[in-house]
Amino acid sequence: MGEGIKDKVAIIGMGCTKFGEHWDKGSEDLIVEAFTEAIEDAGIEKKDIQAAWYGSCYEELNVGKSALFLSRTLKLPFIPVTRVENLCASGSEALRGAVYGVASGAYDIALALGAEKLKDTGYGGLSELSTILGTKNRVIFPAISAPGAFAMMANRYFSKYGMSTEEGKRSLAKISVNSHRNGAKNPKAHLQRIIAEEDVLNAPIIASPLGLLDCCGVSDGAAAAIVCRADMANNFIADPVFVKALQIGISSGEELGYSAWDGTYVETTTRTAARAYQEAGIKDPREEISMMELHDCFSITELVTYEDLQISPRGKARNDIEDGFFSIAGKIPSQPDGGLKCFGHPIGASGLRMLYEMYKQLQGKAGERQIKDPKIGLTHNLGGLPQMNVVSIAIVGL
Amino acid sequence: MIGIVSYGGYLPLNRIKRDIIFKSMGWLHQAASMKGEKRVANFDEDSVTMAVASAMNCLEGYDRDSIGGVYFASTTSPFRERGCAAIIGTALDLKSNIRTADFSNSTSAGTSALIAAINCISAGTANNLLLCASDVRVGKPGSSQEISFSDGATSLLLGSDGVIAKLEGSYSVSYDFPDHWRTETDKTDRAWEDRFGREEGYRKIIPEAISGLLAKYGLSPKNIAKVAFPGIYPRDHAQVSKRLGFEPDQVQDHLMTVMGNIGNSYPLMILISALEDASPGDTIIVAGFGNGSDALLFTVTEEIEKFRGQKRGLKRYLKSKRDLTSYEKYLAFRGFISPEGGIRAEAIPYTALSLTWRDRREILGLCGTRCKQCGTPQYPAQRVCVNPDCGAIDEMEYYRFSDKKGTIFSFTVDHLAFTPNPPGIYAVIDFDGGGRFWFDMTDCDPESIEIGMPVEMSFRRRYVDERGGIIGYFWKVVPI
Repeated sequence: MGEGIKDKVAIIGMGCTKFGEHWDKGSEDLIVEAFTEAIEDAGIEKKDIQAAWYGSCYEELNVGKSALFLSRTLKLPFIPVTRVENLCASGSEALRGAVYGVASGAYDIALALGAEKLKDTGYGGLSELSTILGTKNRVIFPAISAPGAFAMMANRYFSKYGMSTEEGKRSLAKISVNSHRNGAKNPKAHLQRIIAEEDVLNAPIIASPLGLLDCCGVSDGAAAAIVCRADMANNFIADPVFVKALQIGISSGEELGYSAWDGTYVETTTRTAARAYQEAGIKDPREEISMMELHDCFSITELVTYEDLQISPRGKARNDIEDGFFSIAGKIPSQPDGGLKCFGHPIGASGLRMLYEMYKQLQGKAGERQIKDPKIGLTHNLGGLPQMNVVSIAIVGL
Repeated sequence: MIGIVSYGGYLPLNRIKRDIIFKSMGWLHQAASMKGEKRVANFDEDSVTMAVASAMNCLEGYDRDSIGGVYFASTTSPFRERGCAAIIGTALDLKSNIRTADFSNSTSAGTSALIAAINCISAGTANNLLLCASDVRVGKPGSSQEISFSDGATSLLLGSDGVIAKLEGSYSVSYDFPDHWRTETDKTDRAWEDRFGREEGYRKIIPEAISGLLAKYGLSPKNIAKVAFPGIYPRDHAQVSKRLGFEPDQVQDHLMTVMGNIGNSYPLMILISALEDASPGDTIIVAGFGNGSDALLFTVTEEIEKFRGQKRGLKRYLKSKRDLTSYEKYLAFRGFISPEGGIRAEAIPYTALSLTWRDRREILGLCGTRCKQCGTPQYPAQRVCVNPDCGAIDEMEYYRFSDKKGTIFSFTVDHLAFTPNPPGIYAVIDFDGGGRFWFDMTDCDPESIEIGMPVEMSFRRRYVDERGGIIGYFWKVVPI
C-alpha cells in the first residue's frame, strides 16, 4: 500500500434528502435538494467547485449514461464531471473520485453526489438483477433476487454455527429492531416506526429464511458531500471532518468459482477492512471505532459484517447483539440513522448517506440520535451479492 | 449384429390423476373419463429437454465422443424450424462431426427413426446412432385426448458393439388414416369419431403389421416372448392381443393407466419396459400406431445381463412421482391460461444469439474448464484460473459438468424473483470432483431441501422470451 489518504482531505459540507417513495419527485429534484444543503453547509458557492463525481447505479433509464444529467441539472459550468457506477457502492465510488481528485492536488474543492430513483420500476424490490449482471450471466445464472442471494448466506451461517432457523431468525430480528428504534427518531428516514422482534419473525417470507422485515427499504433519494484540501478546511467551517481511510475491494470470482469460501462471511469486506484499518492506523477496531453505518441491505449482512470488520469474533456477533453492543447507548452504536433498513436504500446515494450520519454525529449535530463524544466513524458500503460484490469502507474522524 | 446397445427412459416427475381433470372438465364431456394418472412435463420441460434427460439415462457409462449421430423423433417439437437433434447433440456435448436428423408429424416417428437408424448403421454410414423420441402431448381442455395424452421420452443407442437386443427385421404398413391430425396453426389435435379410430384403425392396422411381421419371418405367436404395443384403447389392447393368438403373459403391460399415451415414444417405452425384464434368447415384437404401423422383431442377447440392477430404463421413473393437484396449474404449464406474472415478469432482456452460439459448449453443454496446471474444474469456462494460488492463463481444457453430481452448498426459496412456477428455488452447488456454481432447482419441494443434499443436473428451459421466440435452454439441479 502507498502512504494512503489519511488526513489529506476534509469534508466541509454535506446534504441528504429525505429518503422514501417520492412519487412526486424526479432525480432532478432530489439532486438539487441534496446539493443545495451541501453547499449551504460548506458556505461555498457553485462556482467554487472545481470537479464533480456523480454516483448512480440503476439510473440509466431515468438519467441516462454519463454525468450529463448531473451537470445539466445543476448547471455546473463546464467543469470536469464524471459518472461512476459500482453497484450499491456507487455513492462511495463518487466520494472516492472526489477525495482522490483533491488528494492528488488536481483540485482544491470537489463535489461527490449520489442519487437514485428506484420507484419508477413498477414493482417491489430492486430492478431485475438479470439486466445488470451481464448478457451471458443472464443466460446461465439462476433466477436470483438480492434477498435470495443473501438468504443463502444466512442458511449457510445458521448451518455452520449450529443455529436452528428459529434461533437464527431471532438473532437477525434483533438487528432489524435496533435499526427501527434509531430510524424512528430520524425525520429523514424512509421508515420511521418502532417494531418488535415478533413483527420481524412473523413477517412474510421474501427468500427463506429472510422475511420482509429482514430487508431494507427500496427508496428514492440523493446525498452529497463537498470535500477540500485538509489544510484549507478551516477556511470554510469550524468543524470539518477528515478522511482517515477510503478503501474499496471487489471480488475476484473465487467465492462462486472456487471452493475455499465457506459462505458465512463476505470476503471483500474482510480484506478491505484490514486495508482500511491499516490506512487509518487503527490497531484494535473494537476499541477504537466510535460508531458505524453498515450496509444492512439485509439483517444477515449486518450480522456477518460485524465479524468481517473484526468487531465481533467469528460466529459470536449474536452475543454482542444480545448484549446491546451495537445499540445507540452501546459500545459501538451501529446504524444510528436507521441504516439502509429504515433510512432506505436509493442505491447510488447510500454510501454518501452513511457518511452524512457519521459527519453529523462527529459534529455533534445528530439531534435526538446524538452519540456521546464520537471520535471515529466507519461506513461500510456493499454492492452486489455475497457471492460476488464490491465493498467500500470509509473511516472518518475529527 | 445390429440392434439396441443401450436404452434410457424418462417420465416427468409431475403426475396428475385423471380424476382431477375429470372433476374440472367432466361437466363438458362426461364420456371423457379414464382410470389412473398421466405424466405432466414441468413448466420448464419440453420434448427437447425430456429427450436429453432420457439420453443422459441411456448414455450413462458410454463415451460421448463415440456417438455417431442423433435422431430426434417428436410430433411436439418446440420448433417448426430449428433442428432439435442438433440442440440435443450440443446439450449432450457430443462431437460436431456427427449426423443429426429430426423425424416428425406422425406418432410413428419413433419407430420410423429406429428403422432409419438401423438402416444407416447397416449401410456403414455410422457406427452407432442415438435415437431420442419425446413428446409433450396436449389435448384440448375437456377432450378425451386431454385425459389420455401424457408426456415422456425414450432414448435408444443403436449400434453393432455390445448389442443387448438384435433387430431381426421389421414389417411396416402405411395408411393416410384420419383418426387424428393437427394443422400448422392448431395447438391441439383434432379427431374423428373415437369409435372410428378404434374399430377401423387400432383394431385393424396393428394386427396387420404384427401378422405381417410374423409371416415375413415364418414365426407364430408361440415363438414370441413378449409383444409390446401401445394401449391407447386399453380394452381393445387385450382383444387385439388375443385375436393375434398371444396369451396374456406374452403381452407386455401397456402402462396406459400409470403412464398414459406418450405419443411417438410410446412403443419404444414399452419395449424398454419389456427389455428390463427380458432374458437372453427372448424374442420381442414391438409395434407402433400412427398413419399405419411399424412392427419390429428383436432377439435379446446375453449382453442384457450387464444392465441388471442399473438405474437405466423406465422403472425408476415410474416409481418417482409428485402429485400435481391443481388443474389450473396444469393449464398454465401448457399455456392454456396466461396468469399474471407482474411487471417484473416483463423485464426480460434480449438474448444475444451470437453469444449463445459462441458459448454453446458452456451454455447448452454445461462445459466449463479444468486447469491443466492445478487441476481445478471451474464453471463457466475461464481463461485465467480461479484458484488464487494458481492463476495460470490459457492452461485450460474443457470439462463437462452435466454428468457430474454435486451437493448443495447453500440454497434459498425465493418469493420475489420471477418464475412461472413460484416460489423460485436455487442453490450454490459444489460438484463432486471440484467446481462450484449456482443453479435454479427444479422438480423439488421447498421443504425437502437442505445443505449437503446430493443433486444432479437436468437440462431445462431457463427462460422463454415469447416476444423473440427464444427458448433459453440451460441446466438446473434436481435432487437425486
